[in-house]
Amino acid sequence: MLHEDNEFSNSLTWVIGGAQGSGVDSAANIFSRACFQAGFYIFGKREYYSNIKGEHSYFTVRVSEHPIRSHVDGINILVSFDSETIFRHADKVTRGGFIIYDSELGSTTLEEVPSIDEHAAERIKKEIFGKDGSPYSVNGMLGFAKNNGAILYDVPYFQVLRAFSEKVNEPALSKLTRMINVMALAASMAVLGFDKEVLAKAIRFVFKAKPKIAESNVLAANYSYDYTRSRFNLIHSDPMLSPRQPPVNNILVQGNQSSAMGKIVAGCRFQTYYPITPASDDSEFLESNQIIEQTDGGKGSIVVVQTEDEIAAITMAIGGALTGVRSATATSGPGFSLMAEALGWSGMNEVPLVVSLYQRTGPSTGLPTRHEQSDLRFAVHAGHGEFPRIVFASGDIEESFYDSIKAFNFAERYQLPVIHMLDKAIANSIITCKYFDQEQVRIDRGKLLKGLPSNSDRGIAGHYLRFKLDNTPISTRVPLGTENGIFWNTGDEHTEEGHITEDPFIRTKMMDKRLSKLDLALHEIPDEDKAVQYGRSDQSVGLTAISWGSTKGAIMDAVDRLALEGKQMQFVQVRLMHPFPKDLLERLLSGTRILVDIEMNHTSQLGSLITEYLRRPVDYKIVKYNGRPISSSEIYNALVLIIHGNAPRRIVLEHGT
Amino acid sequence: MALKLSDYKTEVHNDWCPGCGDFGILSAIQMTLADLQIPRHNAAIFSGIGCSGKTPHFIHTYGIHTLHGRVLPFAQGAKLCNPQLEILAVGGDGDGLGIGAGHFISAGRRNVDMVYIIFNNAVYGLTKGQAAPTLKLGVKTKSLPQPNVNNSVNPIALALVSGFTFIGRSYSYDIKHLKDMISRAIKHRGLAFLDVLQPCPTYNDINTKEWFQGLDNTDPGTGKQMPRTYKLDQVGYDGVVHDDGDLNAKMAEVILKSNEWGSKIPLGVFYQNDRVPTYQERISSKIHNYAASPPSRQVIESFDHKAVADIRKLLDTLKVDN
Repeated sequence: MLHEDNEFSNSLTWVIGGAQGSGVDSAANIFSRACFQAGFYIFGKREYYSNIKGEHSYFTVRVSEHPIRSHVDGINILVSFDSETIFRHADKVTRGGFIIYDSELGSTTLEEVPSIDEHAAERIKKEIFGKDGSPYSVNGMLGFAKNNGAILYDVPYFQVLRAFSEKVNEPALSKLTRMINVMALAASMAVLGFDKEVLAKAIRFVFKAKPKIAESNVLAANYSYDYTRSRFNLIHSDPMLSPRQPPVNNILVQGNQSSAMGKIVAGCRFQTYYPITPASDDSEFLESNQIIEQTDGGKGSIVVVQTEDEIAAITMAIGGALTGVRSATATSGPGFSLMAEALGWSGMNEVPLVVSLYQRTGPSTGLPTRHEQSDLRFAVHAGHGEFPRIVFASGDIEESFYDSIKAFNFAERYQLPVIHMLDKAIANSIITCKYFDQEQVRIDRGKLLKGLPSNSDRGIAGHYLRFKLDNTPISTRVPLGTENGIFWNTGDEHTEEGHITEDPFIRTKMMDKRLSKLDLALHEIPDEDKAVQYGRSDQSVGLTAISWGSTKGAIMDAVDRLALEGKQMQFVQVRLMHPFPKDLLERLLSGTRILVDIEMNHTSQLGSLITEYLRRPVDYKIVKYNGRPISSSEIYNALVLIIHGNAPRRIVLEHGT
Repeated sequence: MALKLSDYKTEVHNDWCPGCGDFGILSAIQMTLADLQIPRHNAAIFSGIGCSGKTPHFIHTYGIHTLHGRVLPFAQGAKLCNPQLEILAVGGDGDGLGIGAGHFISAGRRNVDMVYIIFNNAVYGLTKGQAAPTLKLGVKTKSLPQPNVNNSVNPIALALVSGFTFIGRSYSYDIKHLKDMISRAIKHRGLAFLDVLQPCPTYNDINTKEWFQGLDNTDPGTGKQMPRTYKLDQVGYDGVVHDDGDLNAKMAEVILKSNEWGSKIPLGVFYQNDRVPTYQERISSKIHNYAASPPSRQVIESFDHKAVADIRKLLDTLKVDN
């Protein structure tokens, strides 16, 4: 079943779709959990509209015997219980793949699905139906898929439900319709020959807060499973996903949990936020887990405050940070725009602060629930005037755990704001990765004094000098409330004590003090936190792909696939975006003749930084800005074009539903 | 050793205009800190932007001069992380009721135990006299090109409906009263708001010191000048909510009193409600050891810089289920 010679390379892509609110997420979580429990590696991603109920959402889960890091364009298994899912995805199902659908919806036409907007409907008509003139119906769409080699499994959900209702003695069908998602999932598991017990375990896991609901779902799943097995005579067919020994040291983790877990370990004890997609989950996770277990047996806690706006969120976090507490706020582009002024205050007053910036599609409201990496330049430059900040970008869920700890270490060591770049693709994906290792974590609080400031930290009048001009740009720091440590802060230029000054000489010295921290950071931050090199390019070709953030997984999977075909290339993932690691990148790119920049934005923002700092052009730009995360198939195809020498200089990727 | 008034002063040159009402407020704050013997390192004065924003630099406690309009969230963040700190937030009426009005309302909803003092002079002084949110409709102070086109906000009523649990007003030239009010505000458990009337001698040529003293407000009978301000407690007004049944009647009285202006301007405690839980108490209901172990008291690393937090229980739920 698992293809080895194409994009699926030993993997299987399962997609479930349905109206928002109809249980698509739960079904996908159960599927992911079941496959994980059965010993497989998972990469899953969620796509949804800015809508509460009714619009089309879908969840893609890729399953493999080997670690995987991205999604691909094709679908092996499409699970549906509404007609929109068929219209939107059935054409992507590959030869030998299968579709679970509701046969009672066969005659539904495109026009009868109000949530398919006219542009999408026209496109579907043109691309699918234009070819053979069949009616614009679910059956027409399924016919198209069948011609492509897809196998169809029709499940008349209503009939199955009615039979099930008699069996469980529950005459109220409306109570049972809520379980159609799980029944559809179970039907796909029946075709796959997946272990029923493992499926039941996964259902109980996902509904662990509601044991009664879990049990009815297990019953419904088993019923649908058996029904499908017998209806399609699958009793003797071989399982396509037979359980393996599960790797004991792996976890199945979501990207909206990982950075938050990093914050707990980092010692973040104060987080503020204003609700915004896709950043809110980070704060909600912290609030749900606000009592913290400790290795010393004690209990810690984190105070999470929902503020009136993002300006309050960042300024309240700064207020917390002034008391010596590791403080953070989490937001997305529109909120970060509001934070710009306070970011400068934090830079001016040398206050350690972490801003988790979960990027989404801009500008303005953009596509509020979709993905983009278009805030790089903004993060590097946000705020008026010149002040130091560190911009640090995670490439995947596992990195985001460790990186959020490093972000606090950088913030305290260099006493400045750190913008931790994340995005929708990371936040709304799920992956199998290694158990996070809290043992390897080190906390670096920099020059935060634990006791009283010493005399060397005092000026002529005996006052503590919070901003002492010295041979190092980093001064000692005390929390508000420290005896004999009184200092002042102001957004104005200030003296060593922190009082307002307009003296031109002090101004120059203070600017030098603050901004030279970036040189120090660039000197001290280890190479692996600046940029990471994967693979090695073929000397004769000298091809390097360069990128940053969540494109990492898709690029690595594409590069691996090319390597299997004998095409070696290097991939460089930039992690420290500011201060820009110019020297390291010059070294890593020294043998590169063809540089390909890959980004989820319109203007190739990293590419422009490379040109600015390294004074070298980017030879090819692969960009995508339709709001849908880049797939490894797309990157593979684009790189093949480049390798063959017949690619345009700028390739715009457009895949996605 | 007892702390003296001079201990709360800094050597920073004060560049407020001669005759500025801010001087009275600054002195009253310093005198109150000395009266209450608040250890200097235990207090933090937060301020917004403008002339009043410079206040912390003249006071020898921790002083945090923040951004225009944002003093309240900065101050609340510090208080929530370290509830032991005595926190005073100060700012102008433009700072708190114009650009920062959203924070004013939300601070009321939280009821964090701290004090907020608005230096209310109805003009934006440092930017040369534009109309501020408390300037009355149609009033033309001297640097306005046209009379004020906006109606004024009522700070007392806004504080009330926002949920502040102590609401008072004082006058910067009545230092004794002002000091008493600041002291009561500090002692109040919850968020206290003080509206301090403060003549700007440079830009507000209407609500001047003389105007407040009633130079133009003479008794037709005796010809004596009648001060425009009066004390609420001297007319038998009691703003304290003694039981929950009182609440509606008290709130209605506050609104009535807050609308008095012109020849009769009330000073004193408009409202006090000790029956509303503070934000710290609300946190404590979820984090039981919050009072003893707030964020600022928590140790996050071991002697060898390892993390103290242990997330293995969380992570174990993400492993395969055996």
